[in-house]
Amino acid sequence: MNVTEVGTEARQRWMGLLARAPAARLAELLEVAGAAPVHEWLRMPETGGVMVRGRAGGTGAPFNMGEMTVTRCALRLETGEVGHGYVQGRDKAHAERAALVDALMQGPGAEALRAAVIAPLAEAEAASRRERAAKAAATKVEFFTMVRGED
Amino acid sequence: MYVAVKGGERAIDAAHEWLAEERRGDPQVPELSLAQIREQMSLAVNRVMAEGSLYDPELAALAIKQARGDLIEAIFLIRAYRTTLPRIGHSRPVETSAMRCDRRVSATFKDAPGGQVLGPTFDYTHRLLDFKLAAEGEAPVARQAEPTLAPTPRITEFLNRDGLIQDEAHSDETPPDMTRQPMEYPADRSTRLQALTRGDEGFVLGMAYSTQRGYGRNHPFVGELRIGAVEVEMEIPELGFDICIGEVTLTECETVNQFMGSKTEPAQFTRGYGLVFGQTERKAISMALVDRALRWEELGEENVGAPAQDEEFVLAHSDNIQATGFLEHIKLPHYVDFQSELELVRKMRREVEGSMKEAAE
Repeated sequence: MNVTEVGTEARQRWMGLLARAPAARLAELLEVAGAAPVHEWLRMPETGGVMVRGRAGGTGAPFNMGEMTVTRCALRLETGEVGHGYVQGRDKAHAERAALVDALMQGPGAEALRAAVIAPLAEAEAASRRERAAKAAATKVEFFTMVRGED
Repeated sequence: MYVAVKGGERAIDAAHEWLAEERRGDPQVPELSLAQIREQMSLAVNRVMAEGSLYDPELAALAIKQARGDLIEAIFLIRAYRTTLPRIGHSRPVETSAMRCDRRVSATFKDAPGGQVLGPTFDYTHRLLDFKLAAEGEAPVARQAEPTLAPTPRITEFLNRDGLIQDEAHSDETPPDMTRQPMEYPADRSTRLQALTRGDEGFVLGMAYSTQRGYGRNHPFVGELRIGAVEVEMEIPELGFDICIGEVTLTECETVNQFMGSKTEPAQFTRGYGLVFGQTERKAISMALVDRALRWEELGEENVGAPAQDEEFVLAHSDNIQATGFLEHIKLPHYVDFQSELELVRKMRREVEGSMKEAAE
């Protein structure tokens, strides 16, 4: 299976999920899945800065806000699939695991890996987002109209 | 005569050794972990990330620990670290309209779609010391309600529909980067926003406050203030598509300002904009006020000579690392400079004394 068959959108989704995932959780899930294939480096893990941009007024011209730390790497499995890891922060092992999952998701074990790694990460992220949204919702103001002075 | 001297190595080593001991404080008291700083001093962490201009909570926590809680020193450490990082690239401009808001309030529209969401705010607290926090207690749990997971629309967009507020001209031009190119004046708005978002909170607050007190007054309302997480997306050249590389918490403030109109523009509202890393609302509101004050020329307003209207004054003094570097260097040895000053003063006094003696004779 090559990348075009996999579909760019699906790949964007899992790469983003892997970038945001807690490194320790990803490591745990991968270990349980027993996915540790032999691979060669195309790009050793390296940490750098990405300049984050915003827009004036939220919608106008772009401006530079400041950088965030990102670690990236690229590797190739023995079976030929190339995986890229781009993760937030400075954890090289996290980037390596993200690249491994990216490569494996393009291969024959994709469905098993989706169930073992991608789905639990997505569920955990959705649950934590939902919990934060629920706390925010509890702080939503409800206005009551008091007696209005009409005279 | 210039005499080079050296020495002090032993004294410096001993000073740093003592610094390390003092940093640790009483060893009977448990040592702070980075996780404790990150989780429980999170607004300090946010400030260090914003002014250090690097989003990495773990590193900011380390910097705060190393700096013994001196935030400007911590920001200095982060800025120094930042310069060692290779630049991987730049993100797409973040979509703050897709922010998952922890907090979202408007001082202009009570019934704003999406509602007034207070979030974890100090507002409406009584600012009385809470002695319960002095004792160890159980971790508090916040209540929850049915969440709305739809994006919250931006309030200025409603005003914009009726043309009542000045439009932000959309562009995809590459913005100048003051960390790569030397500052030039006049600076454009993108450079000003970059300088303000990493500028010293106290300085930007003081400048903003000066406009409220009448030095370049611009009648701001907080149209909207929102705090929450946004995903950061970046184009990956080797892949040929964009991916999300992480998530950052931002504070965004949009002010709505009175504008009487000019020769070319009808009366309408204008905007000031603040966008800062982390939960940093004092800074974001301040940034929006100063951004608006600096736009006087573009909006055809009068320059009343207020400090907050003076772009060079504001931008050249907003950076606390530049400021503290130049300020603090004067405490370092200036023996030779001072020696020459001393010679000069002595010579001038001798001359004056000589001429006074002559006059007396």
